Amino acid sequence: MTAIQTIDLCRAFGSVQAVDHMNLTVEKGEIYGLLGVNGAGKTTTIRMLSCLLKPDSGDALLLGHSIVRESAAVKKIINISPQETAVARNLTVRENLMLIAQIYGFTKQEAASRTNELIDALELSEVLSRKAGTLSGGYQRRLSIAMALVSRPQILFLDEPTLGLDVLARRALWRFIEKLRGEMTVILTTHAMDEAEALSDRIGIVSKGSLRACGTAQDLMARTQTDSFEDAFVRLVSEEAEK
Amino acid sequence: MKRTLVFAGRNVRELLRDPLTIGFGAAFPVLLLVLLSLISRNTPKEVFTIESLTPGIAVFGLSFFSLFSGMLVAKDRSTSFLMRLFASPLTAGDFIIGYTLPLLPLALLQAVLCYAVALVLGLPFSVSVLRAVLAILPAAALYIAIGLLAGSLLNDKQVGGLCGAMLTNVSVICSGAWFPIDLVGKGFRTFCSILPFAHAVDLGRCVLSGTSDGLSVHLAVVCAYAVVLSVLAVLAFRRAAKRG
Repeated sequence: MTAIQTIDLCRAFGSVQAVDHMNLTVEKGEIYGLLGVNGAGKTTTIRMLSCLLKPDSGDALLLGHSIVRESAAVKKIINISPQETAVARNLTVRENLMLIAQIYGFTKQEAASRTNELIDALELSEVLSRKAGTLSGGYQRRLSIAMALVSRPQILFLDEPTLGLDVLARRALWRFIEKLRGEMTVILTTHAMDEAEALSDRIGIVSKGSLRACGTAQDLMARTQTDSFEDAFVRLVSEEAEK
Repeated sequence: MKRTLVFAGRNVRELLRDPLTIGFGAAFPVLLLVLLSLISRNTPKEVFTIESLTPGIAVFGLSFFSLFSGMLVAKDRSTSFLMRLFASPLTAGDFIIGYTLPLLPLALLQAVLCYAVALVLGLPFSVSVLRAVLAILPAAALYIAIGLLAGSLLNDKQVGGLCGAMLTNVSVICSGAWFPIDLVGKGFRTFCSILPFAHAVDLGRCVLSGTSDGLSVHLAVVCAYAVVLSVLAVLAFRRAAKRG
């Protein structure tokens, strides 16, 4: 079953065409890696899919709901962990999670139960009563992701989730993201090739605002006749740049 | 509505955990009232009676609420936290109500404190004092709307400059909070009557003194400004949300 389908999605900022007739399909329960160099259009695509930006033209269907005509319905089934850590700095870890759960319609009891689950899953119990603004970067990032998960979204957007994390925190987060496979549809943007390769069921390579190639890491390596995924990515993006 | 209240609850925590809110919101207007009251008593001719001074200081104190609401919105806008909320089912109306609701009881509390100190300083107690406290609400809505509009259009530094410095001064000078604006001249009086600040102060004075002369005009002007500015704040916030 298709979870996300974009149809000629376009968005420009002034004279810069950030997203140019983007057509991609993501299956339900899939972890889909969206890769591209800086300015390729990944974040703009995510912002349109999460109803933060209106497309200039085209549309996308998220579990059958149009981002153009049914943004209220879309917002109920998605959640996002933005590129920058997105926490309320003066609220404690628990308060941040309770806030988001209740905004998505959970009762206080449901929100508390869901909060406790995520505190355990993302190992936040040590900092539970601390204000988010006083946490280390790693804890803030984990909290930000927990806030995206607390609403039990059917589609989750993770925009560079391990940015700024040390190797141990990064691996711990990978293990957690892997557990989401099959539970929810995840779109993951990253600059880390190893991360995309380790986590994604399929990877979409974005260049100049449109989808250049899509497949498993193995598919893309075979298609470009390269030995590593990084080489495959470089070749695909370079070919596009040369055009 | 539940979502709005949840968001309002978060804003209450944000405000009350900021010591500046307590300092400027509660202490400063009260200190000013005591100071001006003492100056007035020690001058050969009493410049201002406590009956005139108290509604003026109560309204002046509200200018800090523009700063609080503006800074709250502008700071949220400057972080990815608001991006997360924009992607949630909250609407622009939920946001504006959620930012406004926590500030109204705080404004009322500030007025209660201001009038309580005035009673200690010699303001005679009557039912009119309670009415005057409640009459602060339209002016509170007005000042909060100014802050929300500023916060939706400007960054936190600009809001600090506009609401923290400019608005507090304009609000004092153009409201006659602690000097009669008629002293400046007829032209200035006319100019001030176009703005809502003098009407907000005069509304409090009318209610406190129990006179109905001009009360409805003052109330209408303050309410009209509050409604128009609130609508503009919603539109500006919605525009900011769409821009991402």
